[in-house]
Amino acid sequence: MAAPTAHAETHGTGRPGGAPGLPVAIRLEIVTPSSRLVSEIVDEVILPGSLGYLGVLPGHAPLLTSLGIGRVTYRRGPDRGELALAGGFAEVLPDRVTVLADIAERAEAIDRERAGRARDRALKRLRGGERNTDFERAQITLQKALIRLSVAGRGGHDE
Amino acid sequence: MANVRDFRTRIRSVRSTQQITRAMKLVSAAKLRRAQERILAARPYAEKMKEVLSSLAARAGAGRHPLLARRPERRTIVVVIAADKGLCGSFNTNILNGARAVLDRLRAQADVEVRVDIVGRKARDWFRRRDYPTRRVLLDLFRNLTPEQARDIAVNLIDAFTRAEVDAVHLVYNEFKSVMQQRVVVEPLLPIPPADLGLPAAGIPAGDTGAGGGGAAAEDYIYEPSPDRLFDALLPRHVETQVYRALLESAAAEQGARMTAMENATRNAEEMVDSLTLQMNKIRQASITKEILEVVSGAEALK
Repeated sequence: MAAPTAHAETHGTGRPGGAPGLPVAIRLEIVTPSSRLVSEIVDEVILPGSLGYLGVLPGHAPLLTSLGIGRVTYRRGPDRGELALAGGFAEVLPDRVTVLADIAERAEAIDRERAGRARDRALKRLRGGERNTDFERAQITLQKALIRLSVAGRGGHDE
Repeated sequence: MANVRDFRTRIRSVRSTQQITRAMKLVSAAKLRRAQERILAARPYAEKMKEVLSSLAARAGAGRHPLLARRPERRTIVVVIAADKGLCGSFNTNILNGARAVLDRLRAQADVEVRVDIVGRKARDWFRRRDYPTRRVLLDLFRNLTPEQARDIAVNLIDAFTRAEVDAVHLVYNEFKSVMQQRVVVEPLLPIPPADLGLPAAGIPAGDTGAGGGGAAAEDYIYEPSPDRLFDALLPRHVETQVYRALLESAAAEQGARMTAMENATRNAEEMVDSLTLQMNKIRQASITKEILEVVSGAEALK
């Protein structure tokens, strides 16, 4: 159960600093229906909420949000991690962030060619202006493709 | 004697069958390992989902949601998950007998209309010969099982349920207990059992609105968007997860059953070769003895 034990990990990481009583790190879990992608202690997470990006630092107020299409970025000291994400949910607790992603991919796992093709197809559909184009769907496809490409690095528009 | 050669041929044929069964055993062992890994990989998501759902259900007025609506069960869908292939012992027989028991029990009730969603070629063949009305047939899912396929099944069922075309959906599948053991499981999928959300099992009558909001609001969460909207989005996901899990379980159980069946077949073939060899040697000896006797008695006669 998610009985939030807000301050349980206050001293857990053994790192000094931070206001007393506040957690100093976040336990980040990112899971998709078919795998657990990330399970790490981090200092900061940035999530693509459905209402906009949100940065989470240790001690964040409890939050439950749905996620849109975008990139997840997290940082542990100087180490950064990045994922492309499309849809899902995140539960934020002061010392814990759980991301239930519909789709999430690390840069290595992204098929850049496929994403490129998806982008071109979506663009064509959006520009083509045919009567029965499902604009919303084409836009979503385009967004997914662009995020994938930008996380995979080069070969795509920038954001 | 020609007899000995007959035995040789038979032994050779049993041997080659044995090679096949041994190969199949190894293949299904490898597939089983992968299927088990998949079950393990899917577990964190399902667990987290349940956590989030129950913490949300306790705060949002969960009882009103359409996917939880308990209606008198007049039209039911039973989803039967079997295998695409045979040669896996009693795997398919068990699940189909289990399915028949469920279907007959539902039919026995007055004015309940039952339809079947079929997963797996073996189930399709079985139902083709019987007069249960089928609704959807899905084949070749197990070749490459993905969450998207589970989503497709779930979305279709959720649609039918929310449009009140059906009042309940049940899953019938083989659960993977161990390599040797499968268990036929019958599970309600829709309406979502309150226990899945950590709610008391007591039925949720339509009048009981928003009672959940009172007690558990201790932690003030921020919700983006509103709790109701989140709930709307999470519940279908939960159903998808359930379907995916059932498919994964069935896939692993199938490989386990096949592995055990092929192991037995390989062992039986070995026994058969042994007993055939023994018989063959007996006959060979008998014929040698007979020949010697003939030679000796022939020589004896010449004296």
